[in-house]
Amino acid sequence: MNRFDYIRAESVADAVKAKASDSQARFIAGGTNILDLMKYDVERPTRLVDITRLPLAEIAERPDGGLRIGALVSNAKLAYDERVRQRFPLLSSAILAGASAQLRNAASTGGNLLQRTRCYYFYDTATPCNKREPGSGCPAIAGVNRIHAILGTSEHCIATHPSDMCVALAALGATVEVEGPGGARSIAFGDFHRLPGATPEVDTTLRADEIIVSVDVPAQDYGQHYTYLKLRDRLSYAFALVSVAVALKVDGGAVTEARIALGGVAHKPWRDEAAERLLVGRPAGLDAFKAVADHILAPAVGRSQNTFKIGLARKAIIRALSQAAAGTPQSQVDKRIQ
Amino acid sequence: MTTRQNLVGTAQRRVDGRAKVTGAARYAAEFAATDLLHGVVVSSAIARGKITRIDSKAAAAVPGVVKIYTHENRPRTAWLDSSYSDEVAPPGHPFRALRSAEIMFSGQPVALVVAGDFETATYAASLIEVAYAAEAPQTDLDRQRSESYVPPKKRSGIEPPPKPRGDADRAFAGAPVRVQQEYRVAVEHHNPMEPHATTVVWEGGGAITVHDKIQGVTNTHAYIQGVFGLSADKVRVLSPFVGGGFGSGLRPQYQLFLSVLAALDLERSVRVVLTRDQMFTFGHRPLAIQTVSLGAEADGRLTAILHDSVQETSRFEDYQENQVNWSGMLYRCDNTKLGYELAKLDTYTPADMRAPGAVLGLYALEAAMDELAYATGIDPVELRLRNYIDDRDQNTNKRLTSKALRDCYIQGAERFGWSRRDARPRSMTEGRELVGWGMATGVWEAMMQKTSARATLTADGRLEVATATADIGTGTYTILTQIGADALGLRMEDVTARLGDTSLPHAPLEGGSWTAASAGTAVQIACETVREAVFKLARRLDGSPLANVDLDHVTFRDGRIEVTNDPSRSVSLADAVKSSKGGKVEAEETASPSMIQQMRYVAYTHSAVFVEVKVDEELGVVRVTRVVSAVAAGKILNLKTARSQILGGIVMGIGSALHEESVLDHDFGRFMNHNLAEYHVPANADIGAIDVIFVDEPDDKASPIGVKGLGEIGIVGTGAAVANAIYHATGKRVRDLPITIDKLLDA
Repeated sequence: MNRFDYIRAESVADAVKAKASDSQARFIAGGTNILDLMKYDVERPTRLVDITRLPLAEIAERPDGGLRIGALVSNAKLAYDERVRQRFPLLSSAILAGASAQLRNAASTGGNLLQRTRCYYFYDTATPCNKREPGSGCPAIAGVNRIHAILGTSEHCIATHPSDMCVALAALGATVEVEGPGGARSIAFGDFHRLPGATPEVDTTLRADEIIVSVDVPAQDYGQHYTYLKLRDRLSYAFALVSVAVALKVDGGAVTEARIALGGVAHKPWRDEAAERLLVGRPAGLDAFKAVADHILAPAVGRSQNTFKIGLARKAIIRALSQAAAGTPQSQVDKRIQ
Repeated sequence: MTTRQNLVGTAQRRVDGRAKVTGAARYAAEFAATDLLHGVVVSSAIARGKITRIDSKAAAAVPGVVKIYTHENRPRTAWLDSSYSDEVAPPGHPFRALRSAEIMFSGQPVALVVAGDFETATYAASLIEVAYAAEAPQTDLDRQRSESYVPPKKRSGIEPPPKPRGDADRAFAGAPVRVQQEYRVAVEHHNPMEPHATTVVWEGGGAITVHDKIQGVTNTHAYIQGVFGLSADKVRVLSPFVGGGFGSGLRPQYQLFLSVLAALDLERSVRVVLTRDQMFTFGHRPLAIQTVSLGAEADGRLTAILHDSVQETSRFEDYQENQVNWSGMLYRCDNTKLGYELAKLDTYTPADMRAPGAVLGLYALEAAMDELAYATGIDPVELRLRNYIDDRDQNTNKRLTSKALRDCYIQGAERFGWSRRDARPRSMTEGRELVGWGMATGVWEAMMQKTSARATLTADGRLEVATATADIGTGTYTILTQIGADALGLRMEDVTARLGDTSLPHAPLEGGSWTAASAGTAVQIACETVREAVFKLARRLDGSPLANVDLDHVTFRDGRIEVTNDPSRSVSLADAVKSSKGGKVEAEETASPSMIQQMRYVAYTHSAVFVEVKVDEELGVVRVTRVVSAVAAGKILNLKTARSQILGGIVMGIGSALHEESVLDHDFGRFMNHNLAEYHVPANADIGAIDVIFVDEPDDKASPIGVKGLGEIGIVGTGAAVANAIYHATGKRVRDLPITIDKLLDA
C-alpha cells in the first residue's frame, strides 16, 4: 500500500476537477473494492477523491416511469427500495444474490459498475497480468482458470466482471449517466463495460476524467416473469461461476419480449440481443429455451479448467428461462433452486 | 472422599464469552507497548531459486523506517538446525527465515521492514525490489508421486504403519467382493479468524515478554531460547486467548522469529502481524493420493484391507501424520497391508490440521466402505456392525479402554431416521431435488499428556486454577472452572481460570484433543490437594465443628465444609484459609498418563455421522440439509462447549467435502486463491440442521477424570458421510474432494 492524498469533493464539478488534474487519482465511495486493491498494491493511487458527500444518493422517478438511481445509492438501499422491489424485482434480486449484507450496506451503485475482476492473477502482484501490467502476459490462460471467462475472451485476458447487479442492469437496458469536463453524456449499459481485446487494462468506456452520476433504468413491466439465477461454489457469499438474469413478457404461452444477460462468463455482463429475438413469437418452452442457450453459447471457448462453464451456462439459461416463463423467480433466501 | 459434581457434566456458558464479545479478551496483536515498532514481512514471488539482489534503498529512505532485515544483514542466530526445532517438528531441517538467498517456497519471507507505524512499514515494504534467479518449481504431486519414499525417520508421536497382518494381497485377490479406488482431498489452509501475530515487548536488560499466537506458550518459550540463546528467565510468553488455531498455531511461525529478531537487535518492542494472504505461506493440510482396496465375503465380512497413501511434504522436512493406520484398527479383519510414503514438493511443510491424518484416511476408508455396501447390497450401518470389533486394537493388540461406537451407530441411526432409507441410489426425491442419505464412522485418538496445574484458594473464598495451556476457543477456561468449582463446592463465579502464560505451571501444546483430559486431570488433582489442606485448617480452628470428623464424612458446598450427615456443623472455606500462614492455600500438581495402563490399553473416541443432502442434479448444486453426529468420547464435562466442538468439526467437515481447496498454479508453485473471498469455507447458508448426540461411555482408563477429548472427532468421517450421501442421491461417486459443481456435472 502506498501513500496517497485524500481530498473530499463538495460537488460533482469539484470531483471531476480533482480527478482530472491527477491521472493517478481515484474516486472512493464505499471503498469495498478500491481499498482491497490498494492493500494488494494492485491500485496505487496518488490521490483518493472522496465523493460520498456528493448529492447522488437518491433514487428518483423518471418522466418515462423509470428510475434514476444516484451513483451513491448503496446496494442495500437499492435492493430494498420499495419501488425497486415492486417495479424492478430483477434488479433487487440480483443485488441480493451478491456479496454480504455488510458489503451491500457499504457498496455504491457507481462502484458496483466499476468493481474490478476477481482473477487470482490480477490480484497477485507476484504474477504477470495484462490487466494490471499491460504486456506482462496472462498466466490464467494456461493456469488456474476454473473461474474465468468463456465468452468474448482474447489472447490477452480471460477475466470476468464479477458484478451481479450489472447483469440485471444489462438485461434491463439501463443507461449510465456520466459527467466530465466536457459536460454530461449517456452510455448505453451494453457499451459501458468492454471486452478485453488487446487492452484488457481498460475495463469500461468511462473516460479517466468522467464520473458516474446515475444509472437510469427505463420503465418495464415483466411482472413475475423474471429471475436471477446464480450458481457458485457455496450457497452464499461467492462470486458467480455462472449467473443468468432473465425478464420475459409472455402472452398466451408465447414470448413477446425477452431479455437475457449472463454473469461470470465474460469480461462484461453478457447480453445477446440476437438470442433474445430468437425467443420472440415462440412458445415459452424447452425447445425455444434450448435454442436460445445454444445461440448464446455458440461462440463460447473453454480453457483447461473452465470448460464445464459452457455446459453449466447452458443448463442455467434453460432453467432461468423456465423459472421466468413460469413466473416463479428464484428466491435469494431459500437456497433451493426452483 | 467424594466430589459432588454439580457443574461438571452440565451445560455451562463460556466463562470467557463476555470478554470475547466485548473485546476485553486481547489477542497477540492487541497488546500495547511503549514506542512499539511495527514489522511488515515481504514475501517471495517465486517458489524455487535464489535471490540475486535485494534493493531496499527506496524503502530505507522512507521517513519512519527504522531498519530493514534481509538475509544479507540478519543478526546472528543459532547455528544448528536442531536449535530451531520445536515440540511437534517433523524430522528434517526447520525453516529458518532470512537464512540465505535460497528460496524454498512461494511466499517465503525475504525481508522484514520495521518502522514506527504499520502504514509506513507497509508502504516501505512495497518499495523493496527483489531480483531472483528462478528455477522451475515442482508442486504437482501427480508428477512427483513416482519419486515417493518411506520416511527414513519417523516423526515423534506418529506411528508408521503397522507390519502387514496375514496376507492381504492374496486375500484381496480371492475375495468374492472387491472394491479398489483412489481417493483424494484438496490441500486446505487452516485460516483461523485471527491471523498469526507476535508482539514482543522489550523489558530492558535483555528480557522480553512475547505475546504470540501459539497453541502452547511453552513451545514458543523453548524455541526462543534455542534460536536466540536467551535464558529461560529472560523470556516470558503469553497467549491467554487464541482466535482459532486448528493446528496452525502448534509450531512457532516465522512472524515470531522475525519479531524477536528485530526486538533483540533494536532493543525495542516490535509487533509483526501476517496478512491474510501470508496465512497461505506456511503449513497446510497436505494433499495425499490414497488407494483403498477392500476384499469381502458376500455377507460383507472384510477379508482384506489395503490402504496406501502418497503424501506431499516439503523439500526440507518430512511431515508425517497417521492416515492409513486407522484402516488396520477400525474393523475386524485378519489381512491388512498399509503403506504411507512421502513425495517432496517446493511448498512449505504441511502442518497438523484438525484431526490430521484421520480426516484424509477416514474419508478414503469410509468412502470405500460405502462402495462396499453397494457392492454387497448391505446397508452401510449393517456392514459396519458386521465388521465391528471392540475387544482390542488389532494394530497394537492392546485392549481398548472403552468403545461405545455400536451405540453411536444405533442412536445416530434412530435419531436420523435411517430405517426409512431406500437403499437404491437416486430413489429418494423431493420436488426437483434428489435426496441422499449417507453415513460414515469417525475415530480419533484419546490422548493424555503430562500437564501441571496450580490451585489457589484465597481468604475471600475464591479459587484460582492455573496452567500454561491454551484455550483456542475450545472451552478450556470453562471446563477447568467447572472442575475447580465442583472440587471445592464453589459456584462458577467464585473460580477464575488462568491460562496461556509461561509463568504458570507447565503444560504441553493445546492439540490432539488431549487438553481436557490432561489439564482437567491436573486441575482436579491440584484442587483435591487444596481440599485436603483446607480441611486440615478447618479442623484446627478453635472450637471447630469439624474437629473430630474425617475428610470422608464432609461435603464441600456453597463455600463451606459441612459434615455430610449434619450440615449444621460447618466451617466456611474463607475462615479456614484465613487461619493459614500465607493467607492462602495453594497446591501445584502434575498429571501424567499411567505408563502401566498405556502398555495394556489404547483409547479412542468414535463417532457415527449421518448426513442428508439435497441435490439439484442438473445444475450440480448440493445442499447439506441435515447432519446427526453421535459421539462416544467418555465423560462429557460441559454439554454446551462439547456440542460446540462437534458443531465446529462438522461444519469444517462439510467444508472439506464441498468447499475448501487451496488452488496451486504449478508454473509459479503458488497457491493462488490466497484470500477468504476465493478460498471458500462454508457460509451460514451452507449449513443446515445439526444434531449432536453424546452416547454414554463410562471409561476409567483413558484419563483419571474419564474424559477422552472432543476437539477433533467432530470433523472425522463427516467428509465421507457427505460424499456418501451425494452418491446415494445421484448415483455419482466423486472421489476427489471437494465435490464442486464441475466435478458433479462431469461425474
